[in-house]
Amino acid sequence: MTSSAAPGAPDLAAAPQAPIAPVRRERRSVGSYVFMPIFLALVCAGLYLYVSNQELDTIEQRALNAGNITAALLEHLRLTAISTVLVILIAIPLGVLLTRPFTGSYRGVLLTLANIGQAVPTIGLLALMGVGALSFIDIDIGVTAAIIALVAYAVLPVLRNTMVGLQQVDESILEAGRGMGIGKFGVLSRIELPLSVPIILAGVRTALVINVGTATLAAYINAGGLGRIIVAGLSTNRITVQITGALLTAVLALLIDYLAGIAEDVLRPKGL
Amino acid sequence: MTEQTSTASSAATAPGRTMIKLEGLGKQYPKEPKPAVDNLTLEIPEGEIVILVGPSGCGKTTTMKMINRIIEPTSGRIILDGEDVTKADPDQLRRKIGYVIQQIGLFPHMTIAQNIATVPKLLGWDAKKIDARIDELLQTVSMAPETYRNRYPKQLSGGQRQRVGVARALSGDPAVMLMDEPFGAIDPITRDRLQNEFLRLQAEVRKTIVFVTHDIDEAIKMGDRIAILQEGSRIAQYDTPEQILTAPANDFVADFIGRGASLKRLNLSRVRDIQLSQWPTVQLGEQPSRVLDVLRASDKGFALVLDEQRKPRRWVSAPDLQRDENRPLDQIGLAPEAIVEPQATLNDALNELITANYSVAIVVNASGEYQGIVDIDSITEAIRTMRTDARARARVGLDEDDTVDEAAQVGR
Repeated sequence: MTSSAAPGAPDLAAAPQAPIAPVRRERRSVGSYVFMPIFLALVCAGLYLYVSNQELDTIEQRALNAGNITAALLEHLRLTAISTVLVILIAIPLGVLLTRPFTGSYRGVLLTLANIGQAVPTIGLLALMGVGALSFIDIDIGVTAAIIALVAYAVLPVLRNTMVGLQQVDESILEAGRGMGIGKFGVLSRIELPLSVPIILAGVRTALVINVGTATLAAYINAGGLGRIIVAGLSTNRITVQITGALLTAVLALLIDYLAGIAEDVLRPKGL
Repeated sequence: MTEQTSTASSAATAPGRTMIKLEGLGKQYPKEPKPAVDNLTLEIPEGEIVILVGPSGCGKTTTMKMINRIIEPTSGRIILDGEDVTKADPDQLRRKIGYVIQQIGLFPHMTIAQNIATVPKLLGWDAKKIDARIDELLQTVSMAPETYRNRYPKQLSGGQRQRVGVARALSGDPAVMLMDEPFGAIDPITRDRLQNEFLRLQAEVRKTIVFVTHDIDEAIKMGDRIAILQEGSRIAQYDTPEQILTAPANDFVADFIGRGASLKRLNLSRVRDIQLSQWPTVQLGEQPSRVLDVLRASDKGFALVLDEQRKPRRWVSAPDLQRDENRPLDQIGLAPEAIVEPQATLNDALNELITANYSVAIVVNASGEYQGIVDIDSITEAIRTMRTDARARARVGLDEDDTVDEAAQVGR
């Protein structure tokens, strides 16, 4: 994703200098809020018209019916949601810990681990996680394996952005807070975290988009998702099925990015 | 051992009850050869502004930050209002001490009201009392509460942020305030105004203030007492500004004060300390003939026009009146400039005079009402008196009889 994500890069031990996911400074205009949903709706409508004008054979009919697509979509959303929630639960507290003075000596090691998680090719990680899963042919184990792989892959942007977000808070603001008698925890919860929200949210948004995209690979270890439709299309050589699966994944990724963007705008503290 | 320092300084004004007492305070950072603060003993009297001033790296900021334990001392004791707070809970301690830093450090994600409410909330005040306190403090620092309560810091100018910083530090009504170069990052004109405002405020609230600066002029203007610090926070001299200017304890102090000690004394006297002269005035709306009568009765060339609230409006002369016979008084003559308040220093007054190119400065009270005037003569007279007094004090014990006048004549 970024060049600094390579394991063993010299800046690993150092504190992260720049957030991985950029923060938008300006609030968006009304036009940009309206454009994306209309665009995505048009793409879906076009796809529907295209598919319904095709003569579908039985294989295609089995793949492209409302029930199957909805099921795949829900599986995909479940994978994305669970892995993103886990990423948030792991990366934000870890980022907080790693910016406290007493964790100075562990900082390098943990950042290296997070970097490795992102640098290893996703498909390899998935395959590794899925070895056990496939031998049991148990969908729950497949899902678990996929989620672990997704979390390992998406922890880094949130972790880095949390650390950068906390470190960019002006030292004088913290000193003023401590000087007024706000305790350490109060300074963290009432000053540091709110002031880091825009940067942390940018990290979460990146993680979400990564997860939506990467979750398509989960189909290879029998963990479901929209990838299932693409894989079915590939293995049966049905272009219509492949296009439908790919387009739906893209639409979902853009939609989630759009929603996360709105969440960023709404959750950013006033006054920043 | 502390007796000596305090008796030495008590020559000018007797210090009140001791509010803060630092006993053998020291800070040794690990791996540093010398301590940043070396065995400092200092007594700070209640209700006074004590300035810690010295070259950069002398340990003045470290010293101040040890009082609220932002920096933990490695030796010595801090006694606050008779209570040893060296080992007290730092958070509880800090809620009782107002704290203003150069960068101000307003919380950008909170409104002005929320910023000011920080300490009262920590102290557990009820919402009504906090609300009233916010309005009161905003008025104290001359910011209309209804306009500013719900603004965010980024919507304020530098000077306004500084005012909010002071209001926030005062919010819990602390007896003690620590100020670390509070006016350091503000442009010179605004700084002067804020300094004067702050002194007026201090005259009302009478807090015990420890004030750090590197600027000796600011120290002289703001301080009731000045501690000039050398490396390791060793006290070179701890005394009133008058005494420091008149009788520097050693070469270090003399060097630090620099040249122009006489002119610096102008920062010590305030307009309210000297006798104001009166000037012929007329009310807005009076007949021109009446104005001419007033001018004839005095030896001045101009009369000062005051409006209904006794605010100065215009300088008018006899030629002005003759030239524009039928125009109202506030449309002829010259606009009044060089207007000062009683708590302005003579230095401010002199500056105003020179800038405005007038020979007199108009003195008005806080609500802008005319009080009198200050001219160059009264300023020079004030310098002369100050110099005589200071020299007399510095020579106590040296002269057997009444040779003060002679001493004043050889004065610098």
